[in-house]
Amino acid sequence: MMTILIILAVLLAILTIGQLLRVFEASSKLNGGTSLLPTVAENKYQGRSMFIFMLGFFAFFIWCMVEYGPYLLPEAASEHGVLLDRLLNFNFAIITLVFVITHVILFYFAMKYAYHPERKAYYFTHSNKLELLWTIVPAIFLAVIIVYGLSAWISITDDAPEGSLTIELYPKQFDWTARYSGEDAQLGASNYNMISGTNPLGLITDGSLDQMMSELEAEIAEIKVDLESAPVDGMKQEDLTETLGKRERQLNRVRGFRSFEAANRASGNDDILVKTEFYIPVGREIDFKFRSRDVIHSAYFPHFRAQMNCVPGMVTQFHFKPTITTAQMKAKTQNDDFDYLVLCNKICGAAHYNMSIVIKVVEEDEYNAWIAEQKTFSETISPADESEETASIVSEDAISMIEE
Amino acid sequence: MATTEAHNDHHHKETFIQKYVFSQDHKMISKQFLITGMTMAVIGMIMSTLFRLQLGWQGESFAILNFFLGDKWAPDGILDPNMYLALVTIHGTIMVFFLLTGGLSGTFANLLIPLQIGARDMASGFINLLSYWFFLASSVIMISSLFVETGPASGGWTVYPPLSALPQAMPGSGMGMTLWLVSMSLFVVSSLLGGLNYVVTVINLRTKGMTMTRLPLSVWALFVTAVIGVLSFPVLFSAALLLIFDRMFGTAFYLSDIHIAGEVLEATGGSPILYEHLFWFLGHPEVYIVLLPALGITSEVIATNARKPIFGYRAMIGSILAIAFLSFIVWGHHMFLTGMNPFLGSVFTFTTLLIAIPSAVKAFNYITTLWKGNVRLTPAMLFSIGMVSTFISGGVTGIILADSALDINLHDTYFVVAHFHIVMGLSAVLAMFAGVYHWFPKMYGRMMNRKMGYVHFWVTFICAYGVFFPQHFLGLAGIPRRYYTNSEFPIFDDLLGLNELVSVFAIIGAMVQFLFIFNFFYSMRRGQRATQNPWGSNTLEWTTPVEHVHGNWYGALPTVHRWPYDYSKPGKEQDFVPQDVPLEEDEMDGGEGH
Repeated sequence: MMTILIILAVLLAILTIGQLLRVFEASSKLNGGTSLLPTVAENKYQGRSMFIFMLGFFAFFIWCMVEYGPYLLPEAASEHGVLLDRLLNFNFAIITLVFVITHVILFYFAMKYAYHPERKAYYFTHSNKLELLWTIVPAIFLAVIIVYGLSAWISITDDAPEGSLTIELYPKQFDWTARYSGEDAQLGASNYNMISGTNPLGLITDGSLDQMMSELEAEIAEIKVDLESAPVDGMKQEDLTETLGKRERQLNRVRGFRSFEAANRASGNDDILVKTEFYIPVGREIDFKFRSRDVIHSAYFPHFRAQMNCVPGMVTQFHFKPTITTAQMKAKTQNDDFDYLVLCNKICGAAHYNMSIVIKVVEEDEYNAWIAEQKTFSETISPADESEETASIVSEDAISMIEE
Repeated sequence: MATTEAHNDHHHKETFIQKYVFSQDHKMISKQFLITGMTMAVIGMIMSTLFRLQLGWQGESFAILNFFLGDKWAPDGILDPNMYLALVTIHGTIMVFFLLTGGLSGTFANLLIPLQIGARDMASGFINLLSYWFFLASSVIMISSLFVETGPASGGWTVYPPLSALPQAMPGSGMGMTLWLVSMSLFVVSSLLGGLNYVVTVINLRTKGMTMTRLPLSVWALFVTAVIGVLSFPVLFSAALLLIFDRMFGTAFYLSDIHIAGEVLEATGGSPILYEHLFWFLGHPEVYIVLLPALGITSEVIATNARKPIFGYRAMIGSILAIAFLSFIVWGHHMFLTGMNPFLGSVFTFTTLLIAIPSAVKAFNYITTLWKGNVRLTPAMLFSIGMVSTFISGGVTGIILADSALDINLHDTYFVVAHFHIVMGLSAVLAMFAGVYHWFPKMYGRMMNRKMGYVHFWVTFICAYGVFFPQHFLGLAGIPRRYYTNSEFPIFDDLLGLNELVSVFAIIGAMVQFLFIFNFFYSMRRGQRATQNPWGSNTLEWTTPVEHVHGNWYGALPTVHRWPYDYSKPGKEQDFVPQDVPLEEDEMDGGEGH
């Protein structure tokens, strides 16, 4: 393939240079002053070239379809995806028809009506009938396209049905974390002030609050020691004071989360966080929620015909029902290495191009077995042994602090 | 201004600086815009071939990359991912703004508006001069951002925050981004100064008899473009200003709940979606700021060379106005997947698809203009027919992308890249070439070499489709845009061959542009001398003398008696009747039809 292309490129280059030399030769002769306009022969030749170009263009179109058609996305692996593919094919049928017809006419006219001095063009300024025709016909086609498209859009963006499995996808530069809501079927509260090495999503639970506060307090103490003990030059002192202020303010905000309802603080405990790959059961509606830690990302599920931006500061959502398991898709595509992927589809930095997470679509029982093996959030952060009692005392503290 | 005495100005000797540098003559300013635009285009084009090398042969080493980018950005000739994003970003910025907004409107609005409406110059020569110098300053700043240590802006040409707001997010969001914002702010100033001037000139300085319904479509298009620009560019300015605040003064218009580089970002409470709204409120009209002048140029070139009136003159004006109006209420189709209310998405789908109607009218009217014409296939005409082709083939895929449901899976893939490069990029670039070939005799008093023009057209046209047509297939295969490489994912491996093909076409297509540049400068000095009206055209610019004079016409300004499209009118000896030829007794003005 490559060698053919290089040969093609070289040939084209040689042709161009050859043509060029002839052109220079001709132009030096022509400078004496022949016609400023194309000759009859030139017009004829260029008109024919236009038509031949069109045939070549169509041939290229067909070649692309034959050669690369099989490598386009495999059949949609979600319920709404089948609907979308049908809509896409319908639209393609219409636009391909328009494309072919207009191009045939355009290039045919360019050839047929190439200049001849003995002919006079037809003085035809306008025709209300014709113009009405090509206002109304496109309008009718568009009406159909709009109605069909919007009915699909409305059904896809409708609220997720009851009993959907809620999963949060949380991106950062440059990876994804999936969060399951656990047994209570509710995603625990979270906040970006709570993010730490052990708490990548910033969940707010009693355990994570304690941990975060002690981390921050330790850091603040350390900075204070640095500030007092070491003889520091002005610049560094300024940096340290600034960091100190930041940590103290963050600590204050974190303390404020203690005033959350105890139930809210508890619901994050059974959440499950996974990286690299996550499982979803086939045939069940999955209600995805998206947030972002740093910049805008976009969760793109090409095989499921699904996508949604992940925007810092807000929660977005998209739900779909997977219909083909990974194993089935491997068989369909005859590719043992096939895996469903979530790609990042909004420019997010240097490693944007390889930011992905694998989705395994499996049967319900396999999913249940897998999810049972996963550690819950409270198990992953350092052992927290606070009882219901201490938690409520702490929250009272927080409230009184806020009142001050 | 200075209309009555201006025609005597050619006796007055000007210094070199007055004539070539700080000129207030619209014809000279037009040439300045053109040459600056071409210079920027060459830079943007070289950038595209550099990243096409990476995309065609992913991860391979090229000495030329190292030559252009040095050891920091292309160590051992392998492109750095950050530099890849920077090249993509600056390529887009240059092409959209500096070539196809400043370069295209700046060149042709300046050249054609006064000449075609019969005015001595622009309403304000001084504001016109300022418009060019702001444009040049912003170009220089944009290019200077290539040389800062952390590299130029790299967040994509739309520079969405928080990526563009936070230097921690990527190196390109440092000094390079600041320069980008400063450059774009100056660019907006240039655009506004130019645009206001164009609007005022068209409204006030039309010569006697030049009613709005006798204006050539090129002037209509440039006029409406200027109106769109004046209404939408200030919004980009405000977006840029707020972004500057967020970057430098700790505000949070676009920032919320961010934890980056191991730190909590204290600025919070804004929304990046606000930026997207502000940006696309300009960004979508911008597409028509690029496209309408292209359609205007094409209308003139096609009518003149088909020796036939443009079909449906009034419908053409109507569709320009309809497109301009609709362009302001469709911006949300860039944001279907930002979490906007699905109902709002439906509204934007509806308004966006409506644009297809005036666009279809234009396309069919061009084709009907060719029907039973007597078509002179000059290089300009070939480029214009090529433009009609790309306008259609890029336009129809817009019907798919405007459909919010279909956008879900195609958003930000190569399908989008293919769509907008064909419908906006190629259409506008082809029309700009058409304009240069067509009005070169007016600008420089000489003809461009026709044979070189033919070679240039064919190689450009074939390569243009060769580059962008296959990208539809890459998009349908699910490949996202702005990926440094797609060989990270085995699912895309089968398409690498297509990427190679695209790159080969891109490189050949880029090389042949140097033939055009050679032809341009060669013909400027050595080209065949032009006659006053080489194409047998009706519009007023061809009634001015070949040599350039201040005030454009030696004697009194011409009076207009008819519309500009009396080509091959029955009963006339010649196949054209210039606009300043009085109507014969009982003769109807062709534009007065119903």
